[in-house]
Amino acid sequence: MIEVENLTKYYGNIPAIEDITFTAEKGEILGFLGPNGAGKTTTMRILSCFMPATRGTARVAGYDVFKNSMEVRKRIGYQPENVPIYRDMSVSAYLNFVAQVRGIDRRERKTKIGKAMDECGITGVSGKLIGKLSKGYRQRVGIAQALVHDPEVLILDEPTIGLDPRQIHGMRDLIKNLGGQRTIILSTHILPEVSMTCQRVVIINEGRLIAVDTPDNLMARLQKGTKILAEIEGPPDDIMKELKGVSGVTNIEKKDAKSDNTFTYLIDSTIDRDIRKELFAAVSKNGWLLTEIRQIDMSLEDIFLKLVTEEKD
Amino acid sequence: MVNFYAILKKELGSYFKSPIAYMVIAVFSVISGYFFYSLFALFGVMSVQSMNNPNMQSALNITEEVVGPAFSTMSILVLFMTPFLTMRLFSEEKKSGTIEMLMTFPIKDIEIIMGKFGACFLTFLVMLTPTLFYQAILFILGKPELGPVISGYIGIILLGASFISLGILISTMTENQIIAAVVTFGALLLFWIIQWGASFTGPVFAKVLIQLSIIEHYQEFARGVIDTNDVIFYGLFAFFFLFLTMRSLESKKWRG
Ligand SMILES: Nc1ncnc2c1ncn2[C@@H]1O[C@H](COP(=O)(O)OP(=O)(O)OP(=O)(O)O)[C@@H](O)[C@H]1O
Ligand SMILES: [Mg+2]
Repeated sequence: MIEVENLTKYYGNIPAIEDITFTAEKGEILGFLGPNGAGKTTTMRILSCFMPATRGTARVAGYDVFKNSMEVRKRIGYQPENVPIYRDMSVSAYLNFVAQVRGIDRRERKTKIGKAMDECGITGVSGKLIGKLSKGYRQRVGIAQALVHDPEVLILDEPTIGLDPRQIHGMRDLIKNLGGQRTIILSTHILPEVSMTCQRVVIINEGRLIAVDTPDNLMARLQKGTKILAEIEGPPDDIMKELKGVSGVTNIEKKDAKSDNTFTYLIDSTIDRDIRKELFAAVSKNGWLLTEIRQIDMSLEDIFLKLVTEEKD
Repeated sequence: MVNFYAILKKELGSYFKSPIAYMVIAVFSVISGYFFYSLFALFGVMSVQSMNNPNMQSALNITEEVVGPAFSTMSILVLFMTPFLTMRLFSEEKKSGTIEMLMTFPIKDIEIIMGKFGACFLTFLVMLTPTLFYQAILFILGKPELGPVISGYIGIILLGASFISLGILISTMTENQIIAAVVTFGALLLFWIIQWGASFTGPVFAKVLIQLSIIEHYQEFARGVIDTNDVIFYGLFAFFFLFLTMRSLESKKWRG
């Protein structure tokens, strides 16, 4: 549905994105993850035909965003960053305007607008001026506007920024419901959001692609660098020395004390294998007491940070 | 056509939802009303004097003394007022970021530009309507010729359309409405006074300068003469700047 190949954009001489390549299948929800200034908005602006790329190609539903911009624009719904909408229009007047320029037949307009308002939960505020709505409601109007013509592709730039937790929850459910029939690309810096709503994640940093994968695969891929948390009763210095000698351990850190003689330790291992047995053996050999040992699952947050920092090394 | 109409409607809506259009129209009506009043009052005084002076009677003509000068002063008012009508057309969208939505809708740039031009032009016509009442008063109280009144309106409408096309171009270049208004006013003024240079340049260049002057072409209309030359000038002027507006929007896309 969406094919992006070696997409590069320079602002003057400064690259905003370089050689970004990814695809999104029909019906997929693709998360675009990256810290501030990573190039998420830039990529989305190219995909939505707002500006052309310096190099590379992007196709939506088989149409090139530059050569066949009109065909692409017909097929997408786009919510730009910060939801720019006409503040002096009422919600219904605005959606009516959008429906008109989206080429929706006069007879269908009312039902389609009604459906979009329903989906986004803004039917109750349809008569209000957009400028007087709360941020969350404005955000919903932005999505309703992107939905009104029932597009094949939805491009949403930070759809949950600035919402309260309950609204974020609602927005995620909304996006999940919208997926399935439609291809959705959404950007965010909020990591749990990606694992909750997206089937696949594109991680970019400083304009470069770092990873494209499912959230599960990303976690699995990085699981090999597992952290293990162990609570051991015994002399800390000896324990640290002993455990460092276990094969596979790269780092060990003493954390908080449970009691005088009991501490928790955070153990990093590189090898793609479970080293808990070896650790247990090493502890019991010395007559210390292992009260707890478990693997810490890396959250997407850790993975993200790890990926972003690994790239720098 | 649907798109053009949608943009037109939206733009007209925002003109009349903000106080700017009302203020511009109010100021225009008051000042143009004052001009009409003073020209007419002056004419009245002169008529009274001419009754005692038979030599003057034949020379006194309401069309020449009131209608002509009224259209001349109206053109100056239009010069001052149109920048305030055009300044927001693209600047506001750029500032609020709505341009990003507008440019990603499946509508052609030309439809956007013509929709905005149309809305501004209609607002301009609304601004002119109070002067129709002043003209009507002249017709009630005196006997002006109808021809010069009609040609005068054709002239002022062409003048306004040209001014608007230049104003739209400038509003695509900045997101600051004040800057858009000031630069538009400056550019219009330059086209207004450009023939001043004709007095000290070579004869060929002088001709060019006079041809370029936006107000030289207007004089004939105010005198009751419709010259196709002048009509073509305003047509080309408007076309040229609307064309540049299109190029400006395109280049914005290129620069990002
Ligand atoms: N109009 C512009 N002119 C010059 N540089 C720009 C422009 N827009 C963005 N940039 C630069 O391009 C880079 C990528 O910006 P972009 O807005 O795409 O980041 P982002 O991932 O959307 O960030 P955020 O999470 O803050 O929204 C940044 O370094 C930014 O400074
Ligand atoms: Mg952004």
